[in-house]
Amino acid sequence: MALILDLVVQGLQMLLVLLLAPLLTGFVRKVKARLLLRRGPPLIQPYRDLARLMRKEVVLAENASWLFRVSPYLIFAATWVAASLVPTFRTGLLFSWSADLIVIIALLGSARFFLALAGLDVGTSFGGIGSSREMMIASLAEPAMIMVVFTVALLAGSTQLSTMAAFLVSSEVGLRVSLGLALFALIMVAIAENARIPVDNPATHLELTMVHEAMVLEYSGRHLALIELSASLKLLLYVSLIACLFVPWGLMPAGAAVALLAIGILAYIVKLAAGGFLLALFETSIAKMRVFRVPEFLGAALMLGLLATLLLFVSRSL
Amino acid sequence: MRGSLNFDIAHLLAGSLVLVSFLELYQDRLYALLNMFALHALVLALSVAWQAHIQDAPHLYVTAAIALVFKAIIIPVALHRIIVRLGIHREIEKVVGVGPAMLLGMGLVALSMVVMLRVTADADPLAREDLAFALSVVLLGLLMMVTRRNAVSQVIGFMSLENGLVLAATGAKGMPLVVEISVAFSILIAFIVIGIFLFRIRERFDTVDVQALDRFRGERR
Repeated sequence: MALILDLVVQGLQMLLVLLLAPLLTGFVRKVKARLLLRRGPPLIQPYRDLARLMRKEVVLAENASWLFRVSPYLIFAATWVAASLVPTFRTGLLFSWSADLIVIIALLGSARFFLALAGLDVGTSFGGIGSSREMMIASLAEPAMIMVVFTVALLAGSTQLSTMAAFLVSSEVGLRVSLGLALFALIMVAIAENARIPVDNPATHLELTMVHEAMVLEYSGRHLALIELSASLKLLLYVSLIACLFVPWGLMPAGAAVALLAIGILAYIVKLAAGGFLLALFETSIAKMRVFRVPEFLGAALMLGLLATLLLFVSRSL
Repeated sequence: MRGSLNFDIAHLLAGSLVLVSFLELYQDRLYALLNMFALHALVLALSVAWQAHIQDAPHLYVTAAIALVFKAIIIPVALHRIIVRLGIHREIEKVVGVGPAMLLGMGLVALSMVVMLRVTADADPLAREDLAFALSVVLLGLLMMVTRRNAVSQVIGFMSLENGLVLAATGAKGMPLVVEISVAFSILIAFIVIGIFLFRIRERFDTVDVQALDRFRGERR
């Protein structure tokens, strides 16, 4: 019985992230539009886009290989699994034995790998610059992310997200300068990884600046729908990761009753809305960086993560 | 719990001082650098005041006040005026880029922590971490002086180095106030002398780029 309940909760989590991801993207777009005094598309526009793309025919380039056709499914699967491993409303999910932060980074890394390959596959120049820029960003963002993981893992004594969240919500955390630095580093990595403004603009098709859009330029139909959905899932994943690690209040413990789960889901939705609002606010108040400035931005994230780890060694417990 | 909270806040403030040192290294515009230096001094003043509170050492409040008034207000304002009068507020000059400088800085912080944790193995943990942070701030100040060509940024590197010394002195209990005040004033006098030198260099070479001095001595690269 307990197993069935666990399965149901895990399934609920997988469905929840899938259903909420386009909504979060739509919400960020809406808030950005309102901040610019435009009316903006309705909140459900991303769902409509996805439904329309699903119905459309796939147009493939003549020299596209099997890799190009398989990549969207691989990317979507990896991102979905990664997103459903992050505890959103309840810790100790059925799959939480595998919900290791390093596993999540690896899943996202393989999704990025296939996306970059797909960008190169057709052989257009746009795909090429997109892939090379994405790899440049990733080569700096991933170490920074790993440093953040090290910091939190050293503190919590585990790389399991459930254990980390349980530790961070307890009172033994105290006031830690390392956690603050790790939070900033994680936010910078999240901005870069999700191709948001200062690093990349998700709404542009200007060849000088686009990174993520350049790689997926050749995709159409259901392939494009899957890629857009996994981009939304990735944004949701990072917001829930930040919420799970640094705002773990409202996260229900493993054995919580069903009524409490509803509160957990509600708290999660509030956190997502707050995260989306802050992201939109940040994006409207800052200008896009030149591509050559991105290494400096991510270098700063790497530096913050490294400093957070170093400062741990002169702190109280280690 | 109370003791650990005291320690945590001291750790937070001293750690932020190291962080602001890194922000100074990251800035390449002189105005932003000056603001960062003022922030550095402000964090130092907070840190010293917190040490005064937890060590029950009232004379440290004087140190904090000196840091606040001189370093966070008077020196940045004066440097600001110097920059405006020299007309160099838009100049960006560096010997090495931001990335290598940051990496060097990280290496220096790691080095100072390894050294300090080895040397002071059985000291009070608060003094230990204060000394480790102070050594990092001093080394980062030196790095700042080495990696900049502009004399004004070198002055800022020198001043933040001195902030690290003050942090070390407050962490090690029992530095007399007389020493602290005389150090503060000698720094102020050094600042005035450097300020006059800046104008002399400027008059003679039409720049405050210290590479001009190298050329003048006949050291060609």
